[in-house]
Amino acid sequence: MTPEDLKTLLAHASPARSGDFLAEVAAESQEARVKAQRRLADTGLAEILDTPLIDPETCEVQRLIIDQHDPEAFRPISGFSVGQFRDWLLSDEATGEAIAALKWALTPEIVAAVSKICRNQDLIAIAKKRPVVTKFRTTVGLPGHLAVRVQPNHPTDDAKGVAASILDGLAFGCGDAVIGINPATDSPSAMRRLLELIEELRLKLDCPMQSCVLAHVTTAIDCMSRGAPVDLVFQSIAGSQKANSSFGISLSMLKEAQDAAKSLKRGTIGEDVMYFETGQGAALSANAHFGIDQQTMEARAYAVARAFDPLLVNTVVGFIGPEYLYDGKEITRAGLEDHFCGKLLGVPMGVDVCYTNHAEADQDDMDNLLTLLAVAGVNFVMGVPGSDDIMLNYQSTSYHDAAYVRRAMGLKPAPEFEAWLKSVGVFDEEGFLLPEARRGDAGLIARSKLLEAAE
Amino acid sequence: MSSDETPATAIATTEQSEHPLKRLRDFTEARIGLGRRGAGLPTAAHLDFAEDHAKARDAVHSDFAAEAIASALEEAGYDTLPVKSQAGDRATYLRRPDLGRLVADNSRDALTAAEGGPFDLVLILADGLSATAVNAHGATVAVGVLKALPQDWRIAPVVIAAGARVALSDPIGEAVRAKIALMLVGERPGLSAANSLGAYLTFDPKPGRSDADRNCVSNIRPAGLDPQKAGEKLAALVMRSAELQLSGTGLKDDADDRLTADGDDTPRIGS
Repeated sequence: MTPEDLKTLLAHASPARSGDFLAEVAAESQEARVKAQRRLADTGLAEILDTPLIDPETCEVQRLIIDQHDPEAFRPISGFSVGQFRDWLLSDEATGEAIAALKWALTPEIVAAVSKICRNQDLIAIAKKRPVVTKFRTTVGLPGHLAVRVQPNHPTDDAKGVAASILDGLAFGCGDAVIGINPATDSPSAMRRLLELIEELRLKLDCPMQSCVLAHVTTAIDCMSRGAPVDLVFQSIAGSQKANSSFGISLSMLKEAQDAAKSLKRGTIGEDVMYFETGQGAALSANAHFGIDQQTMEARAYAVARAFDPLLVNTVVGFIGPEYLYDGKEITRAGLEDHFCGKLLGVPMGVDVCYTNHAEADQDDMDNLLTLLAVAGVNFVMGVPGSDDIMLNYQSTSYHDAAYVRRAMGLKPAPEFEAWLKSVGVFDEEGFLLPEARRGDAGLIARSKLLEAAE
Repeated sequence: MSSDETPATAIATTEQSEHPLKRLRDFTEARIGLGRRGAGLPTAAHLDFAEDHAKARDAVHSDFAAEAIASALEEAGYDTLPVKSQAGDRATYLRRPDLGRLVADNSRDALTAAEGGPFDLVLILADGLSATAVNAHGATVAVGVLKALPQDWRIAPVVIAAGARVALSDPIGEAVRAKIALMLVGERPGLSAANSLGAYLTFDPKPGRSDADRNCVSNIRPAGLDPQKAGEKLAALVMRSAELQLSGTGLKDDADDRLTADGDDTPRIGS
C-alpha cells in the first residue's frame, strides 16, 4: 500500500466530521464510509506500520514515530488485522497490563485506525482498561480518581482577579491537575508574575499542587534561566514537523525545556514536567496535514507528547470551531477518540470539554461528554468559573461540573490533594464536598483561610 | 440542615448569607462565588448563563438586514453595492470558511463594473459571525469613517457583503481596484457581548493576503469602543495606512499609541 492509499483509506473510514469535508478528504457517502471501514478492518497492523504517511526525510515527527516503535513488543500482535485487534482489545484477554505492554508497539496510525471502527462505547470500554499514571506534586490518572485543572484566566492577567478564580476552584476541590493560566500577554515578565502569584498561594496554603503558565515554550525556557518558579512547561503540539514549525517549535526545543524543568527538581513525588495541548484540526488550520484526516493527525501529536513524559496532555476538543467539529455529536465523538488514542499510546489524557458560540452545541452536550469521559477514566478535565472563560471567550467545564461528575461517579481527587482538602475542611471524611448549607462550620472556615491567603 | 429546619428554610438561609467570595468579584468578570446546590448551579445562575448563551446563539443565526443598512447609507449620501460570498446558507457558511472568502460569480461582475475606479478606499459592511452587530451599528460606524476622510479621496460604493469572512476583503478590494479595504464585520459573539463589530484594514487587498497583513480594531459596541466615536479612529488608521503604504505589523507598531492615546483601553488593535 502506498502512503496515499493509506491516507485515503483512513480518511474515508473516519466517522463524519466537518474538518475532513473542509479538507476534501472525507468519504463521499455514508455507504462509502462503511465500505472503507470494512477494508480498514481487513488491513494488517504490519502493513500500516510499514507505510509511513509523511516522508521521514522531511518530517521529524515521522522519524520520531518510526524510532519509537518497538518490534519486540509488536511481535504478539504483528499478525492481527485492524478488526482482529479491535476484537482483542475488547476481549477479557486484553487486561490493563496486557494493553500497557503494547505502549511502544503501537503507533499513532494503528490506534487511529482501530478507533475508526469502534463505536463510542468501545472507545470508552477499552480506554477504561488502560490507566496512565503520572506524578509531580500530585498523582494524576489513578483509577477511581478525576483531577481538575483550575483555569483562572483573566483578560488583563490581573493578579487579584486570577487569585479570586483560583480560590473559588480550590473551594470546589479543583486544582489537583494543575493551576494553569493562559496569559493574556506572552512575555517572560508576565509569566513570572503569574508564577510567583501561584507559588505564594501554594506555600501559604501548604497545598500539594503544581502551576503552569501556558506561554510559548521559549518564554518558559527564558523564565527558567532567570530563576522563575516554573513547575510545568506548556506547549501546543501537533502531528507533523510543518505544523509544529507553525507553532514555532521543534522536538529539540521541547527536549531542552524538559531538561531545564527537570533540573529545577521542584516535583516532590515525580518529575513529569511537561503539559501539552492538542486538538483535531490544528494541523489542517496550519495547512500542515499532508492530506491526512484530522483524527489521524491528532493521534500523531501524541507520539510527540509521549517522547517527553508529560504530566498532562489535554485535547482542547471543541475550541477550534464548527468548520472542524460542527456540533455536539462531532465534538463528543472526537473527545472520546482522542482520549482512547492517547491512552493506548500511554499518554496521560485529559480533555477540555468545550465549545464556541458558533458551534451547534450547548451545556447539555458538554454534560454528556463530561459524563462519558468520566466513565472512560479520563485523567483530568478543566475547571473554569461558571464555564465562562472571559479571556479566551469560549465555554468549558466548570468547578460545578467537576463536583457534579465526581459525585455522580464516586470519583476522588488526586490522593495528595484529597488529604489536603480534608485537612482544610473543604471535603468531608468520605472525600466529597461538604454541603454548602453548612457554612459556618468546616466549609466556611476553609474558605476564610483561603480568603486570608488572598489578601 | 438541623432537625427543626425544613428544606425551604435551609435554602433561604443559604441565600441570605453572603457568599464568602463575593467581595472578590470586584477584581474579575469571571463567574466566581456563584454558590452551589449540592454540586449544581443555583437556578438563577444557571438561567443567567443560559440567557447569555441564547443571545450569542441568536446573534450567530440572526438575519442580515442588508437592505436596511443600504438605505441608511444612501440616505446619508453614499452609494452601496450588495454582494454575496459563495457560502450560500448559514450552515454552509459555518462549515466552509473557505467559501466565505470567495465572491459569488454574479457579485464579481457587479464589483468589476463599479464605475469611477481605481479607488483610495473600499468600505465593506459584512455580517460575519454576528449580523446583530452590523445591523445595530454598522451604518453608524461606516458613515463616521467616511465623513472623517479627506474630501478628495476616491471612495468606492460601500459594499454590503453577505456570508462574508474577513478575507473576502481581498477579492472585493481587487475587483473594485481599491488601494485599501476596510471591513466592518460582526465578531464571534461571546457570552458577555453578542453585538461587537470588528474592523479589519488591508492595504493593497488581493487574494493571498494573510492575517499578518491586516490590522484589526475589535470590540466596537456601545459598551466597548463607542460606535459613534469609532469612525474617527478608524479613519485615522486608514489615512496612516495610505501614508505608509502598508498594513499589518508595520502599521500596528506605528499606530498602537495613536489609537490608544486617549487612555481608553477598551479597543484592542492587533495585526
